Amino acid sequence: MSLLKVNDLKVHYPILGGFFHTVIDHVRAVDGVSFELRPGETYGLVGESGCGKTTIGRAIIGLNKATSGEINFNGTDLTQLSRGQRRQYTKDIQMIFQDPYSSLNARKRVLDIVAEPIRNFERLSSEEERKRVQFVIERVGLNPEIIYKYPHEFSGGQRQRIGIARALMLNPKLIIADEPVSALDVSVQAQVLNFMQDIQKEFNLTYLFISHDLGIIRHMCDRMGIMYRGRFVEEGTSEDIYNEPQHIYTKRLIAAIPELETANRKEKTHIRNQIAEEYRQTKHQFFDKDGRVFSLKKISDTHSVAMQ
Amino acid sequence: MGNPVLKIRNLSVSFKIKDYHYPAVDDVTLTINEDEVLAIVGESGCGKSALALSIMGLHPKGRTKIDGEINYQDQNILRLNDASLNKVRGNEIAMIFQDPLTALNPLVRIGKQIEESMKYHTNFSASQRKKRALELLGKVGIPYVKRVYAQYPHELSGGMRQRVVIAIALACNPKVLIADEPTTALDVTIQAQILDLMKTLQEDTMAGIILITHDLGVVAEMADRVAVMYAGQIVEIADVDTILKKPLHPYTRSLLNSIPSKMSNKSRLHVIEGVVPTIQNLKRNGCRFAPRIKWIGGSEHQENPLLEEVEPDHWVRCSCYRNFYFPKGKTGEKHDVLT
Amino acid sequence: MLKFLLRRTLIMIPQLFILSVLIFLLAKSMPGDALTGQIGPQIDAERLIELREKAGLNDPWHEQYARWIGNVIQGDFGKSAIYQQKVTNLIGDRLGNTLLLSASILLVSYLIAIPLGIIAGRWTDSWVDKLIVWYNYLAFATPLFVFALIILFIFGFTLQWFPIGGSVDIQADKGTMDYVLSKTEHLVLPTMAGSLLATFGTIQYLRNEIIDTKIKDFVKTARSKGVPERKVYSQHIFRNSLLPIAAFLGYEITGLIGGSIFLESIFSYPGLGQLFLSSISSRDFSVVNILVLISGSAAIVGTMLSDLILSWVDPRIRVD
Repeated sequence: MSLLKVNDLKVHYPILGGFFHTVIDHVRAVDGVSFELRPGETYGLVGESGCGKTTIGRAIIGLNKATSGEINFNGTDLTQLSRGQRRQYTKDIQMIFQDPYSSLNARKRVLDIVAEPIRNFERLSSEEERKRVQFVIERVGLNPEIIYKYPHEFSGGQRQRIGIARALMLNPKLIIADEPVSALDVSVQAQVLNFMQDIQKEFNLTYLFISHDLGIIRHMCDRMGIMYRGRFVEEGTSEDIYNEPQHIYTKRLIAAIPELETANRKEKTHIRNQIAEEYRQTKHQFFDKDGRVFSLKKISDTHSVAMQ
Repeated sequence: MGNPVLKIRNLSVSFKIKDYHYPAVDDVTLTINEDEVLAIVGESGCGKSALALSIMGLHPKGRTKIDGEINYQDQNILRLNDASLNKVRGNEIAMIFQDPLTALNPLVRIGKQIEESMKYHTNFSASQRKKRALELLGKVGIPYVKRVYAQYPHELSGGMRQRVVIAIALACNPKVLIADEPTTALDVTIQAQILDLMKTLQEDTMAGIILITHDLGVVAEMADRVAVMYAGQIVEIADVDTILKKPLHPYTRSLLNSIPSKMSNKSRLHVIEGVVPTIQNLKRNGCRFAPRIKWIGGSEHQENPLLEEVEPDHWVRCSCYRNFYFPKGKTGEKHDVLT
Repeated sequence: MLKFLLRRTLIMIPQLFILSVLIFLLAKSMPGDALTGQIGPQIDAERLIELREKAGLNDPWHEQYARWIGNVIQGDFGKSAIYQQKVTNLIGDRLGNTLLLSASILLVSYLIAIPLGIIAGRWTDSWVDKLIVWYNYLAFATPLFVFALIILFIFGFTLQWFPIGGSVDIQADKGTMDYVLSKTEHLVLPTMAGSLLATFGTIQYLRNEIIDTKIKDFVKTARSKGVPERKVYSQHIFRNSLLPIAAFLGYEITGLIGGSIFLESIFSYPGLGQLFLSSISSRDFSVVNILVLISGSAAIVGTMLSDLILSWVDPRIRVD
């Protein structure tokens, strides 16, 4: 049974133009995307800037309104709920943001930052609240005594963990992590990634991991969807995607990852040029005449590709 | 690999904070050869950008103290007056900046921005400058050069803007090119294109490239030699294969171990304990990396570690590398001490 | 560009309409009406009611409004109850004077503020900068009427360098050189008083903008090209720093027209501000309404002007 099932999700924004600033077209930020998350797995959404991956995350948590389609969470379609009804579900879905420097309110103490989500749902005495906050703060590997400090007193990795602590306060089932380590140095990045794996086991979390970094996605995710211009071009397990990419865009993306390998530099450039050439020649097999990505077709139990 | 083009000797760059000068770059000695890519690698705060800016003379004067020598063609460019320095910058030594969105003047057309350095370094006529600018735009792989020539930066995508930034740097055929995180702000597919472009262009110009980056993947793609910096010092320097396959310094090894790679699949990544000290809190005696590898006994470190050539062309700072090991089962230290 | 202008003009119509309704209703809700100022103590109540009825003052407000705005659109601004002449005639010369004074204040204040702002921004924390910032806060803190009186006292009364009232010498004939000179001479003191204080915003903005701009990446790019420092400033930093000043020009104009009330009264300079003040105190609503409408329109046009200038100097928001 899936925890989250997104079905034919579309998020369109109107483009205003013309003399009277009327709607002349739409930006199809997300244009018919379907995927599902099983409990306890880490699902990756990969793509380059502007491909719509962040918009999907924001639509699931309710920050962007879905134009059409369904977002089924534990059997309830979130798009059909009113704001008030939605609240009890948002308790189960939390988000971690990219920039640990700007996503924490600089004027609030860690205690208030981390306790904020729970204050919206439960009335706790300040003593109970402090205990809960200290519990999660300890879980994320920080000293429980730090709750009276302010965000600027922490390093980037520590701030990101405070952000995670805040997400954990309500015992969520699903965490949407939007580029959670992109703003961090490599060593700190490792710390946060390890830690996300730890708490996943401990709290039985499901992750929707959004990133442009294919190396990190490979490291973290069981399954993933590759996005291009608001649509999925390919979906599958790590093995499917990295070992047998089928869509020309996926191939290009994977060929572009720099590897820690100096031996075949010339060859790599050659492969990239080859794929670029292949891209030009086989484009019509993967994109319709308007440049829109075709719909996904299953090619194995786990692997789907957008082809004609 | 060709002759040396730029020799940095005992360079220190100190920033003034509350009446004291704290070195961000501490006694760095480096040589860049023509037709080579020398990568300078390190995490934020290691001093790599401060090093680059000091070569270009871009540090604000009042707040920075620079000691040592940066020798280009037998003249120490740190001693040049403004007018002489401006004859070198943009002409002999050029720089590519990290963020193509902010590196171009939003109010000036692309063509004019490329021609600007030619105005000061060549005696080209206006039409010759235009011809050269169009030629450069073609060289960096921009289609419709005439149209882009007349466009403003905001009309171009990030990748295109970075190509323009490169065209600007190449305008006067510099002998040394400093690229400060040239692809960090770009998408992976664009990054691959820009890196390829830089390699191709180097074949023409034979320039020595200083590539400043935190991304070891980019290093593997581009570099001939690598200098690893930590806390203002170079801790290891060698050719790229040695750095990636047989690194010696604990910091280099820790960095490599903390990157998710094909092999690391789902397993735990190495975490370097603690944080990079700020330039004010940094202890400047002893091995600067020692506080972050506490399981290595104090006697393994040197009191005043210097870069030593442990193999031909492979330099390492501090003897602690000899008996360094990763602690078993402790990789990925979850708790870190908060100071 | 034409499309932009046309659209902005179309948007102005409802704005002006709402403005005119508001003005009209405000004037209506004030105690007294146009007749109040005319009635002598001996007039009897019945006669007054009759006059009111005749002037249409008992009709529903929207009918009165429609009548008024209809006339205004046709260029008939009505008659001033106090001066007993057409509002159009009353405003004519004064409008010219106010525009002249505003333009000269604007020009002089830019001539002072732009160089000072540039110097302060370029050499931040130098003693010159500190001096300029000091002057600037002084200008900000000094009330206009106090400063204007001081200027008037020193240069008008004591030193007698410049005339202390009026807009032109009564003996000068229009069209002669003497007339122009006399006009200019009369402008000096009010311009001095207005512009020396009006520099505050411009200096402050320009200084901050330069401080922000000079650490931008594209300035580093320019330096790394080997562009001499002087040119780095003139070609890259100043132009980008002047953007907000350009954008503010429209609002400055609006502000100046409002600010002219003080200056014109103090220097007895016959402009709209002075007229406004006297019309208010005598409840001469037909004049007040038109003046408020003029300054309101100036504000709307000023905003549009700002948008236009900005879209002209900044390619990023250039309109097709």
